[in-house]
Order: sequence, then structure tokens, then C-alpha cells
Amino acid sequence: MVNKVRIATASLAGCFGCHMSLLDIDERLIELVAQIEFDRTPLTDIKQIGSCDVGLIEGGVCNAENVEVLKAFRRHCNILVAVGACAINGGVPAMRNQYSLAECLEEAYLSGSGIDNPQIPSDPELPLLLNQVHPVHDVVWIDYFLPGCPPSADTLFTFLGELLSGQPIQFAYRQIRYD
Amino acid sequence: MNPSFKIDGVTVPFEAGQSIMEAALAAKIYIPHLCHNPEFHPHGSCRLCCVTADGRSVAACTTPALDGMEVANETHEITTQRRLLLKLLFVEGNHVCPACEKSGACQLQAVAYHCGMLAPEFVHFYPRRAVDASHPETIIDFNRCILCELCVRASREYDKKGVFSIGGRGIQAHLMINSASGKLGDSHFSAADKAARVCPVGAILPKHRGYEVPIGKRLYDQESISQVGDVAAHQERDHGE
Repeated sequence: MVNKVRIATASLAGCFGCHMSLLDIDERLIELVAQIEFDRTPLTDIKQIGSCDVGLIEGGVCNAENVEVLKAFRRHCNILVAVGACAINGGVPAMRNQYSLAECLEEAYLSGSGIDNPQIPSDPELPLLLNQVHPVHDVVWIDYFLPGCPPSADTLFTFLGELLSGQPIQFAYRQIRYD
Repeated sequence: MNPSFKIDGVTVPFEAGQSIMEAALAAKIYIPHLCHNPEFHPHGSCRLCCVTADGRSVAACTTPALDGMEVANETHEITTQRRLLLKLLFVEGNHVCPACEKSGACQLQAVAYHCGMLAPEFVHFYPRRAVDASHPETIIDFNRCILCELCVRASREYDKKGVFSIGGRGIQAHLMINSASGKLGDSHFSAADKAARVCPVGAILPKHRGYEVPIGKRLYDQESISQVGDVAAHQERDHGE
């Protein structure tokens, strides 16, 4: 039996849209599943990452836990891929970089509209927010970038297909979009 | 015999006084560009249109075509340099494509698609730039401005108003508005101005409408800018209708 390619995925400061796009591959998933197996991913609910061939990272880096997860992925994955606009440039979450962290927290938890019992959450279990949202390549080396919000299922399928078969990674004009 | 030169081996005729860019446009050969618009004096500032002419790197929009000249345009080296320039433009501003109304019809995006840019890759500046929404009909989002000076040229040369200029130097360079408050709403700008229709990105946008063209039908959704042409020409055509 041929060894399957082991893939891990994570959503950091993202909306899970890129993961939804992965599922949008639809019936072609059956083709893929014959060649791959999942390690840590929200799809398996495995919490700790093991040794992997490919890591797919959705979302930018907005808190201390994101940094930890991202570094663990880099340690365990031979190939690490930034998937989607947020992983690539911070995306919509990085629009908070226009304000200080204090301003964001005050607006969300103290002075915004419709807030009962205003207080800034401080439970020690909550990961600390970073001052700014960063693209993943600010923290670790990234081997491939797949733009899009999200990258289309076609784009993901093309990428994974080419990667698995060892072909050069190439896309048709309509498969590369920044939005 | 009419004078001619070659772009990537293809013979291109030209008339005396034409730039490499003008001759290429007339011959329907695409040279990537952002600050060039055939309606205005060439500016030569974005450097995207740099080609090698007889081995020397020059801006196609400001260099006159010469008989027998050999121009290299879409080579691996030049396209790689163009991708670098585009990446620098992306990280200097705040280009949040998924949240931008111009997305899909943005020339910065389209040229980056054409040149094969997948990601900006450099460290992002995330500059803090406030949006100017003071004008009743037009909004200015400085986060997306790439300093092409097309609005500056349009307002000065065509509208005869001089509403815009570039102030500051180097990384401090920024678009300025000619009014006592520095706000667009206090200037002589009108949404009917030529300057309102030349922005290649989403820095100058009409208010009271948004996301009118569905995804899939936007200017650059199906075909490359090398086939479709500049967004400003399409904005001009829509305005005339």
C-alpha cells in the first residue's frame, strides 16, 4: 500500500471560509482522500500535530495561541502553505491595525453599543491578543501562498493535485484572486 | 519605409515622436503599467512599464521609440522585477481586497495577476491613514492610493482645478487636497470631474453605490488586463453612456 500524504490544517485569525472552500471540492474529495490522510485539523478534532508532509494555514496571527500553533505547524510540516487573504496579508482582521489594541478592546467591551456589564475579558485561559494582526510569513517561513477570500475549491484542488503528483504549481488565470 | 522596432521579437511600426508605450498600445502589445494613461502626459513614476531597450532599462512610457530598436518586455527577469515592485506597492498601503469595492476592476490587482504575484511576502507597513468622506458624492480612501498622480494630472490638465497634489518625500509621500481644511468636501472637486474617473485603484470612489457588479462579471474576472485594457478607459466609456 502506498503511504498516504499526511496533511494538517488550522484556522488562526480566520473565519473558516478557507476550510469551507476545501470541503467545496465536493465529489473530487473522494479522489483526494485516496491519496491523503489528515493529522491535526478541525475536521478530525485531533488537538496535537504530529509529523506531516503538508500544513495548510488559514487566517492571520492575532494572539499568542496563534503564534504557538503556527510555530508547531512549522516544526512538524515539511511544506507549509499560507491559505487565503488573512494568512497572506492579515486580511479583514488586520483592519484593526488602524487602531491601538486598547481602542479596539474599549470599543468592543466598554463603550460600544448594546453592552451589558462592561468589562474587558481577562480570564487567564484566554490567549493574549497581539498589538497588531500579522500575516503568517511574519512569524515562520512559508513555502507556498494561495491567495483568495477564500481560494476557490478549484484553486485548492489544482494546488493539492499538482503538489501530490510532484508537478510544478501552476494556475489558470481565473484561479488566482485576492478577494 | 515606415520606421519600426521590435518588442520581444514582434515588429512594431511607429510614428516619429511616439513612445515605446504608445507604439505598443497601437500595436495591441501589452506592457504592464499603472501610472500611464494615454490621455495624459506620461509620468514615468510607477516603473512597472520598465523594459530593456537595446539592453538598457528604461520606462516604456517616457522613452521614444527608435528605428531598429530591440525591446524586451515579458522576459522572466523583467516580470520578476515587476512582481517585486507590485509587492512593495501592496505592503506600503492597506490593500484589503476582500473589503474593497474596486476589487475585480482594480488595475493594481489586475497587473499583479498578469505578472503572477501570489502574495506580497514582505513585511506589511499597515500605515494609519484616515478616510476622507467629507465630499457628498465622492470618497477618498488614502489606504489604497499608489501615488500614480493620475488624479493630479487630470485635475490640473483637464479639469483646470488643481485639486490634488503629492506632498512629502520618499515613504512620507502622500496625496494632498487643495483646500483650506485639506478635506475634499471643502475643495472645488466635483464628481463630474475627469479626476473622479482616472483612479486605477479604489482610492477615489463614488458614494451612494456599492458592489454593483456581481463577482464573476467584473472587469478583470474572466480575462487578463492584457486583453481587457485599463480600468480608466472603461470608467470613461461608462461615464459617456
